[in-house]
Amino acid sequence: MSESSQSNGKPLIDVEHLKQYFRVRSGVFVNRTVGFVHAVDDVTFTLTEGETLGLVGESGCGKTTLARTIMRLLDPSEGTIRFRGEDISDIGQRKLRPLRKDMQLVFQDPFASLNPRKRVAQIIGGPLKLHGHDDVGPRVRELLERVGLAAEHANRYPHEFSGGQRQRIGIARALALEPRLILLDEPVSALDVSVQAQIINLLDDLQDDFGLTYMFVAHDLSVVRHVSDQIAVMYLGKIVELAPAEELYTKPIMPYTEALLAAIPIPDPKRNRERERIVLEGEPPNPINPPSGCRFHPRCPRATDICKDVEPPLAEYANGHLAACHHPQNVSAEEIKAAGKSPASPLSAGDELPQP
Amino acid sequence: MASLLEVDDLHVSFATEDGLVRAVDGISLSLDPGEIVAVVGESGSGKSVTALTLMGLTRGPNVSFGGSIEYKGEDLLDAADERLRRVRGAEIAMIFQDPMTSLNPVMRVGDQIAEQILAHEHVPKDEAAARAVEMLERVGIPRARDRASNYPHEFSGGMRQRVVIAMALSCDPSVLIADEPSTALDVTIQAQILERLRELRQTENAAIILVTHDLGVVADIADRVLVMYAGRIVEQGTLDEVFYNPQHPYTWGLLGSITRLDIPPPPRLPSISGAPPSLAARPEGCHFRPRCPHEFDKCTEDPPLEPRAGDSKTHCDRCWLSPEDKRARRYVSEDQIGLEAKGAIV
Repeated sequence: MSESSQSNGKPLIDVEHLKQYFRVRSGVFVNRTVGFVHAVDDVTFTLTEGETLGLVGESGCGKTTLARTIMRLLDPSEGTIRFRGEDISDIGQRKLRPLRKDMQLVFQDPFASLNPRKRVAQIIGGPLKLHGHDDVGPRVRELLERVGLAAEHANRYPHEFSGGQRQRIGIARALALEPRLILLDEPVSALDVSVQAQIINLLDDLQDDFGLTYMFVAHDLSVVRHVSDQIAVMYLGKIVELAPAEELYTKPIMPYTEALLAAIPIPDPKRNRERERIVLEGEPPNPINPPSGCRFHPRCPRATDICKDVEPPLAEYANGHLAACHHPQNVSAEEIKAAGKSPASPLSAGDELPQP
Repeated sequence: MASLLEVDDLHVSFATEDGLVRAVDGISLSLDPGEIVAVVGESGSGKSVTALTLMGLTRGPNVSFGGSIEYKGEDLLDAADERLRRVRGAEIAMIFQDPMTSLNPVMRVGDQIAEQILAHEHVPKDEAAARAVEMLERVGIPRARDRASNYPHEFSGGMRQRVVIAMALSCDPSVLIADEPSTALDVTIQAQILERLRELRQTENAAIILVTHDLGVVADIADRVLVMYAGRIVEQGTLDEVFYNPQHPYTWGLLGSITRLDIPPPPRLPSISGAPPSLAARPEGCHFRPRCPHEFDKCTEDPPLEPRAGDSKTHCDRCWLSPEDKRARRYVSEDQIGLEAKGAIV
């Protein structure tokens, strides 16, 4: 299989000020544009080879759109995407095709993402044939065994498998072309907890064996903890916090991150009773007309006037911990003083850094 | 005092082309007012069929039942459809899993709630409409008066689930069956919905049966827990008994495979190997046997559900291992939930 490229600190994906807006049209004969959905609004980050970036946020925050834009399944409205140093933000389909095999997707719903009328061998062999491989049989069997299924499963149809097994088939299909990047779009949220753990362990093993880079999209913070090196929290199209995985859990700076953490019930009755419950009221606002300033301010318990008026820049704290908040928490006055504005900040953000 | 809802040795089987599927195989439970009982298990363990049967929603030509369901002393399993229709919605109400598909897309939400009120009570239409608005307010929908004339597609997932809850509560039911009420929702919204259920128990003294596969939710809200596997209860007890002194290896596996944020992450997530058996062809004896790392000779015999853990009469399980053996194979410390000693079953 591919030569194992362990984490060597080289950026695999480099995203700068990426925007993805969708037009909202109105009218039957004339298509007037009446607004834009700001699905991804000025996002900057780097994904290092061999690492995993967890991307977390509520539904509608733009995490799936961001992932799909990076794969160039959608054409970005603005900004650049570099894949191994090469700008792929507006190259044509023909040039994109050879790159496709380096980037693969695993979808959320294992029931909808496999063609029910094709046998497993055809599903997994499909990408291989498209890229000019002839005798795909042995490779398909090898892949099936690698993801924990049996080689004789190749002749079955998707409906003969359980959800967890189907997700394994989806993973085998993504692995077929020996990609460098696998984009996992909520790969376990449709599965039972006991099966979730199996799939996460499998993904972990595959990453070690093949030196894969993952981008793991999830809607809650509990699952991504086990796979991620870095975690980005998105809210209404913007990255509001980006930190090394463990640090995000021990030291959430942005109140939204803390609310997300507090919303996950602790499966330990005694600790659960002791803990103070923060229930975040309301829901994410409409991304067509996002709130001014900090987009989280209408729901934020710490919001003040500045949050309404000025969009906070991403401030860089120790350990490369980025957070966009005027009222950071869990950081000391010295840390706040030492923080500087990160170049990853959205261009529309103000220059006001948080004051101790 | 007799309990509100008493289920005794309930069996539900479906005749299919592949043979008889015993979806529910001898479930007993009792429910008191103001109590929240959680039914947990993997998909296909029969928990949803149990919930639907309590509502009389599984009746059909290919379904056979056994046992009894008594609500306030009246048998519901054999009740006439007409009688069942009076109970359903008014006395026992249900919150379905998927708020996207459980509302009528071409009917205003206010009318949908009013429809249920009108079906059960003789009140003027405008009074029913006013009560629908009041219900929407009670579940925390802002501007309820305007929102009542919206269609379901104009609501987000969390708001739709609130509409479903408002509908379930509209006739002041004494039993509420919630089938995965928060599974389709974001965690932040899930926390809000659980808060509503908690309030409901407090203010209305409603009894709630919560069907879920999320043990985090269970720890958050339940008083008692039933763990189901392949159509049977394999362990039952109070919340603390099941979490801190779990007896069945399947419960250990379930507790172990939750991703937790309050402790440092293990290098590998414990998981239960394999998949639940097909309900049409279950293994002899203990149904968990093929997936269980602690299997021994006696497991080919069927273990009855009885108290095995010591003093508590309410804490029952189906596992042949002796309590001493179980304790040896599991971490037991004061403030830790019970996990298997070797960390993981695979």
